[in-house]
Amino acid sequence: MTGPVLVFAESSGAEFRKAAFEAVTEGRRLADLLGVEEHALAIGNGLRTRVPELGRFGADKVLLSEDPSLALYHPDFYREIALDVIKKISPSIILIPATSTGKDLAPRLAIHLNTVAASECTQLELLNNELIATRPAYAGKVLFRIKVKAPPNIITLRPNVFTAREASPSRDAAIEQLPRPKSDSRMIVKEFLAHGAKKLDLSEASVVVSGGRGMGGPENYKILEELADVMGGVVSASRASVDAGWRPHSDQVGQTGRTISPTLYIACGISGAIQHRVGMINSKVIVAINKDPEAPIFGFADYGIVGNVFEVVPALTREMRKFYGKS
Amino acid sequence: MTIITLGPEKSNPVILKALALGADSAVHLKSDSFPNDPSAMAHALADELKSIEFDILLFGKKGVDDDNQQVGQMVAELLNVPCVTQVVKLEVSNGKVTAQREVEGGTIVVETSLPAAFTAEKDLTVPRYASLRELVAARKKPITVREVRSSDSLIDVLSVQYPPPRTAGKIIGKGVEAVPLLVKLLHEEAKVI
Repeated sequence: MTGPVLVFAESSGAEFRKAAFEAVTEGRRLADLLGVEEHALAIGNGLRTRVPELGRFGADKVLLSEDPSLALYHPDFYREIALDVIKKISPSIILIPATSTGKDLAPRLAIHLNTVAASECTQLELLNNELIATRPAYAGKVLFRIKVKAPPNIITLRPNVFTAREASPSRDAAIEQLPRPKSDSRMIVKEFLAHGAKKLDLSEASVVVSGGRGMGGPENYKILEELADVMGGVVSASRASVDAGWRPHSDQVGQTGRTISPTLYIACGISGAIQHRVGMINSKVIVAINKDPEAPIFGFADYGIVGNVFEVVPALTREMRKFYGKS
Repeated sequence: MTIITLGPEKSNPVILKALALGADSAVHLKSDSFPNDPSAMAHALADELKSIEFDILLFGKKGVDDDNQQVGQMVAELLNVPCVTQVVKLEVSNGKVTAQREVEGGTIVVETSLPAAFTAEKDLTVPRYASLRELVAARKKPITVREVRSSDSLIDVLSVQYPPPRTAGKIIGKGVEAVPLLVKLLHEEAKVI
C-alpha cells in the first residue's frame, strides 16, 4: 500500500465533528505504519479558519472544498468531490466517520470504485501490508475480522470508539483549495430541522443518561436532563419508552435504534433486555439504577444501585454538582 | 407495487407477507449461497431493476444481520437515480417527493424528482398486520422466480469472534445512601469523571 491515507473530515455547521478528529488520529497512526502521507478532505462552508485543527491531529495536507451549497451534506455533490480527489491521489485507505453522512457516502464511493465499504469498524490492524478491519455484526453479538479484496480500503469508523489525540500542537497542514464543484443533481437539500436545543449528538456524547419504562412518563425525564446537564452529557431512551411515545425514536438506544459507546452510560429504570443491551454494551463504564435487584441490567453493569430512580437520580445530580464544583 | 427480494428459498414467507400487505406482484431473485457482500447484492438487484419501470424504489435502511447499511445507496448509484437514506418522512405531490432524513440532532429536508430511491428509518411507518382474507389472496398473486448467481465476495471473513464478555459488576448499595460511593468509584476506580 503506497498511496496516502485519505480521511473524510466531516463538519457540522462551520466546525469539524469530534468523529472527524478521531478518524484523523487513526489515519495518522496508519500513515506512520505505512510510511505514507495523510490527507484530510474537508467539505462544507466557512471551515477555512478551522483547518489548522486537522493538522494538529495529524493530517499532512488538507483538501478543502467550500461553497454555500455544501453547508449541508448533499449526496451527489459530496460524492463527486470525493471521487475527484480519490482519482487524483489514489489513496490506499479511505477513513470515513460512521455518522449519518458517512454511512450514506461510503457505499456510494465504494460502488463507483468497484469495491465495498467495511461498515462501522471498531478496530483496524495492518498485517503483511494488508488492512484487517474488525466490525460488529448481528447487532454487536459477534465481531467479524474482515479483509476487502478490492482496493482502495474504504472504512467507516464507529464514532466514540477511536480516541482523538493531537499529534503535535505546532503541527501544520498544507492547504489545497479544491476547484468549485460543477456537478448538478436532481436532489435539492433544503434545510436542517433541529430536534431541539441539544448541542451534542448521542453518538458523540461521552456521558449518556438513559431512561426506560421505569421513568413512568415523559414528564419525568426532566430529572435525567438535569443530571445530563451537570455532567455535560445527553439523554437517551429505551425502546419501551420510545414505543410509549415518551421520547422520539432518534433518542432510542438498542437494536432498532442507535448503537453508542460513550465513556459513561447511566441506565435509569431500564431492565436491560437484549434489544437494549446491544445498543450500549460497548460503553466504557455502565451504571444501573433500578428498583428491581433481579433486573438483567445488573448482570452487566459495572456499578449498580438498587433504588427508586426518582430519589437516586436527583441525589446523584446534587452529588455530581458538588463534584464538578457547580452550585 | 412490486416486491423484489434477493434471498434463498426460505425468503418465500416474507414475500407472501409483503403481498398480503398490499403489493401486487413479486420478483424473487433466488440464491441459496449468495455472498454477504453488499456490492454483489447491489449489482444483482440493479441488474433486475434495469428492466422494471418504477417511480419510487424503497429499501429498508439496513439488514439486521450484517448491519452493513450499503445496498440501497449502491443500487441507486448503479441505476443513476437520486437516493435519500434514513428517511423518517416521505410526501409525494406533483411528481416530486419531499423526504426527511434522520441525522444527528435533527432531520434534513430533501426534495427530489422521480424516479428516486429511499431507505427507510424505523419511524417511517408502523407495519400493520395482514388480515386472514389478505393472506389467502396473497397466494394467488404472481411471483416471478429467477435464479441468480454472483461472482465471488469481495469480503474475506478471517474470523468471527464473540465480543469480550462483560463481567458483571457490583451492586454498590441501596437507595440515596449509595450515591456518594458511586461518585467516588466513578472518579477513583473507573476514572471516567
